Amino acid sequence: MSTAIEIPYNSTERPDTGLYNAKLGIWLFLASEVMLFGALFSTYVLLRTGADKWEHGAEFLNVPLATINTLVLIISSVTMVMSWASLKMKNLGRYKFYMGMTILCGVGFLIIKSIEYAHKFETGLWPSTSTFMAIYFTMTGLHGLHVIGGMIVNSYLWGPGSKMWQTDPERFTNRIEVAGLYWHFVDLVWIFLFPVLYLLPGK
Amino acid sequence: MSDTHHDDIQSHVKTYIKVFVALAVGTLITVLASNIHLGIILGIIVALIIATVKGSLVAAFFMHLSAERKMIYGVLLLTAAFIVVMIGLLLFSRADQQGRQEGIFAVPQGHVVVHPE
Amino acid sequence: MTEAQHHEEHHDELPFWRHYIFSTDHKIIGIQYGLTALVFLFFGFCLMLMMRWQLAYPGKALPIAFLTKMLGESRMPGGVMAPEFYNQLGAMHGTIMVFLGVVPLAVGAFGNYLVPLQVGAQDMAFPKLNMSSYWVYFIGGVVMLSSFFVSGGSAQSGWTSYAPLSVITPQSHSLFTGQSLWLTGMVFLITSSLLGSVNTITTIIQLRVKGLTWMRLPFFVWAQLVTGFLLVLAFPPLEAAGVMQMMDRMAGTSFFLPSGLVVGGKALNVSGGGSALLWQHLFWFLAHPEVYVLILPAMGIVAEVIANNTRKPLWGYKSLVYSVIFLGFMSFVVWAHHMFLTGMGTAINAFFQTTTMIISIPSIVILTALILSLWGGSIRFNVPMLFALAFLPMFGIGGLTGLPLGLASADIHLHDTYYVIGHFHYVVAPGTLFALFAGIYYWFPKVSGKQLNEFLGKLHFWGSLIFMNGIFMPMFIVGMAGVSRRLYDGGTSYLHAQNVLYLNKVMSHSAWGLGVIQLIFIVNFFWTLFAGRKVTSDNPWEATTLEWATPTPPPHGNFLKIPEVYRGPYEYSVPGAEKDFSPQNEPDKKPGDSNNPGKK
Repeated sequence: MSTAIEIPYNSTERPDTGLYNAKLGIWLFLASEVMLFGALFSTYVLLRTGADKWEHGAEFLNVPLATINTLVLIISSVTMVMSWASLKMKNLGRYKFYMGMTILCGVGFLIIKSIEYAHKFETGLWPSTSTFMAIYFTMTGLHGLHVIGGMIVNSYLWGPGSKMWQTDPERFTNRIEVAGLYWHFVDLVWIFLFPVLYLLPGK
Repeated sequence: MSDTHHDDIQSHVKTYIKVFVALAVGTLITVLASNIHLGIILGIIVALIIATVKGSLVAAFFMHLSAERKMIYGVLLLTAAFIVVMIGLLLFSRADQQGRQEGIFAVPQGHVVVHPE
Repeated sequence: MTEAQHHEEHHDELPFWRHYIFSTDHKIIGIQYGLTALVFLFFGFCLMLMMRWQLAYPGKALPIAFLTKMLGESRMPGGVMAPEFYNQLGAMHGTIMVFLGVVPLAVGAFGNYLVPLQVGAQDMAFPKLNMSSYWVYFIGGVVMLSSFFVSGGSAQSGWTSYAPLSVITPQSHSLFTGQSLWLTGMVFLITSSLLGSVNTITTIIQLRVKGLTWMRLPFFVWAQLVTGFLLVLAFPPLEAAGVMQMMDRMAGTSFFLPSGLVVGGKALNVSGGGSALLWQHLFWFLAHPEVYVLILPAMGIVAEVIANNTRKPLWGYKSLVYSVIFLGFMSFVVWAHHMFLTGMGTAINAFFQTTTMIISIPSIVILTALILSLWGGSIRFNVPMLFALAFLPMFGIGGLTGLPLGLASADIHLHDTYYVIGHFHYVVAPGTLFALFAGIYYWFPKVSGKQLNEFLGKLHFWGSLIFMNGIFMPMFIVGMAGVSRRLYDGGTSYLHAQNVLYLNKVMSHSAWGLGVIQLIFIVNFFWTLFAGRKVTSDNPWEATTLEWATPTPPPHGNFLKIPEVYRGPYEYSVPGAEKDFSPQNEPDKKPGDSNNPGKK
C-alpha cells in the first residue's frame, strides 16, 4: 500500500487523550467482546433461573483438567506481558522466548480442551443433551475460537510480523501491547467461565 | 532508552510475578471453596467474588488498567452499565411475569391471580 | 512538484485492483459502500413491489409473464404468489433494507467518506481495517442473497427471526437452508459493522485537527460518533443470539425451544428447557439501538443541509449535542417496548413504558432545534434542502405515531398491526431515506465534480413525497382497524378488515408509482456522472465545514495542506464578515483590513 499518507498518533500518543490509535481501537473492540460474552452469561442466568433443575457442573465436567487449563492461561498471560516488557527493555530475543511460551500455553489449553470435549462426546454428552450442556459447549466453544484467533495473531507477531522491530520498534512494541490486551481479555473471560460452568452448585 | 526506564520495567516485572502468584492461589481457593457445601446463594456469591478479584488483578496489572486514561475508563464504564442493564432487566422480566407474581410483584388482595399448575 | 502531487503520483502507481477494488482510501471505500448499498436498497424495494401485488390483488396471478417464469412454479404456482414465498419476501425485504441498505449507506458510505474529511484527517485511523469492513459486508450480502436459491427458500420468519418458528423452519441441520444462511450472513454483517464503528470512533477521537475542539465538531460527526458507540455495544448480543439460534438449528440444542413443543402433531425430539423470550430479549437489545443507528446519521445530514441553506448557524447546537448523547444512552434501556404483549408483568411493562416516553424527549429536542433553525434564515430551496425540509414533518409523524406504541395499554390494540408498519416506515422511508437523498444531492458535486440536474431532482423529490405518503398514511387507518401485519392476503379473510381492504390498492399503486419516480433519480445519477455539468468551484454550496476545503474530488490524503480550525462549524452570516459564510479553516482576518484578504 502506498505509504504516502501519514496517519498521526499511530505510535505516538495524542496529547489530550494520552492514547495512541490502536490502544483506543483495541479497548473499543474489547468493550464489544464484553457485550458478546455478557450476552452469553445473561443466557446462562436466564436459563438457569427458569429451570426447575440445574446440573452441578463438577459432577460430570472435568474440574482437575479445567483447573490446569485455568493455570495454563494465567501463565500465558504472564508470559504475554513479559514479552511486551522485553521489547520495552529492547531485548528481541527475550521477546521471542516469552511470546513463544505464550503460544505454547495456548496450544496446551486447546489440547486439554479437545481431550475434555472428546470425553464428553464419548460419554454421550452433546450440546443437544440439555440446556446446561448447550450453554457449556457454546460458551467454551466460542471462548476456544477466541483462543485460536489470538494464537494466530501471536504467531504472526512472533514470526513474519516481528520484522517490524527492525524498521519501527516503537510501533511494533505497541502492537505487542495491543495483542497482549486481547490475550489478557481471553484469560479474563476464562477466569469467569471456569467457576460459573464447572464449580457453581446446581439446583 | 535511559536506565530509569529500564528500572521502571524491572519493577513492573516484579509486580507481574506477584500478581501471577495471587492468581494461582485464587484459582486453588475457588476450587477448594466449591468443595465446601455453602448452599446455592452463598456458593454463587463466593465464586463470583473470587472471580471478580482475579479478573480485576488481570485487568489492573496485566492490562495496565490501573494507569490508563480517562477515555478508556469512560468506554469501560459505559460497557459495564449496559451489561448491568442487560442482565438486570432480563432478571427483572423473568421475575415479573404474568401469572407468576410473588414478593414485590405480588398482586394485591381482591384481584384475580392465575396460579401456574 | 508539490508534496500533494508527489503523493498523488505515488498513489496512482497502484495497479487498478488495489486502487479501486481493494483500496484503503476511505473515499473509495465510502463510494463502494454507497453503490453497493443503493443496489441492495433497490433490490429490497423490488421485493416489496412484488409483495404489494399480492396485497392489492390477493390470489390473482401476477401479470408480468417473464417475472413469473423466472421465479418458477414453486414460488408462483400458476402465477399466484405462494404464501411461503410471500413470507420470504417479507423477511428479506426487512433484512435487506435495514442491514444491507440503509445502515451501510448511512454509516458505511456517508460516514466513511465524510467523517475523516470533516475532522481534517487524511484518512480513517485504520485504513486496512476499513477496507476489510467493506469486503466482509459484501460477503455478508452475497450470503444473504444466496439464501433465496437454496431448497426451502430464504429466511421466512420475519426480519426478527422469532423462535421457535425460525428454529424449525425448515427442520434441518443443514447450513444450506435459508434461515441458517441468514444467521451466517448476519455474523458477517455484524463483524463488518464492528470493524467499521471502531474505526469511526477512533478517527473522531484521535484524528481531529488542531483547533477542532469537541464543541466545534459538525453535528454530523457527533451523530456518527454516537452511532458508532451504539453499533459497538449493541450488536454483540445479537451475534451471541445468532450463534445460539444456529446451535438450535444445527446442533439440536434448545436455547430457544421450550419444553414440550409439538410441531406438525409430533413432539420435538429435543431437550427443551429453553426460552423463546430469550431470543426476543437478545434480538431487541440490539434492534432497538439499531433503529437509532438508522436515524442518527440522517439527522446529522439534515443538520448540515439546513445550516448551509438557511445561511445561519443551527439553533441550539449544544442542545443538539447533549440530546444525541442522551438519546444514544437511553436507546439501550427501552428495548422491551417491542415485547409488551409477551406476557411480561405490569411492573416491567411500566418500566419500559417510562423509559420509552423519556427517550422521546431528546428526539423532540433535536427535531425542534432543526425546525427553529429555519426561523429567520435566508432559505435556498434547492433539491438537498427540499429533502431536508420534508424530513422534518415526515420524521415528526413517524415519531409521534410511535408514542401510542410506546404506551403499553394502547399497544395492546396496535401491536403487530399495520399501524406499526406505518410508524416505522415513516421514520425510515420519508425520514431517513429522504435525508440520505438530501445527502446524495448535497455532496454529489464534491465526490464527482458534477452537479445533479436540479429539475429532475425536484421531480424526484415531489413524486417521492407524494407517493411515500400514499403508501404509509393509509397504514395507520388499516392498522387501527385491526389488520395484522405479515398477513399473506392483506386481511381479506378477516371480517374486521373488509371496510379498509380498498386501501391495499391505494398503497400498492402508490408503491408502484414510487418505483417509477426512482427511475428519474437513477437516470439523473448516471447521466450526470457521465455527461453532467462540471462544477466550477470546490465549494459550490458555499459551506463552512472542512470537507469543502479540498480539491474536487479530494485526492488521496484529502487536503493539500493539513487544515487548522479557527471557529465553529456553522459560522454563516457572521456580522462584519466579508462573505455570508466563514469556513472553519480560514483564520480571522485582521479587523478593518478588507484590502488584505488573508491566506487561503
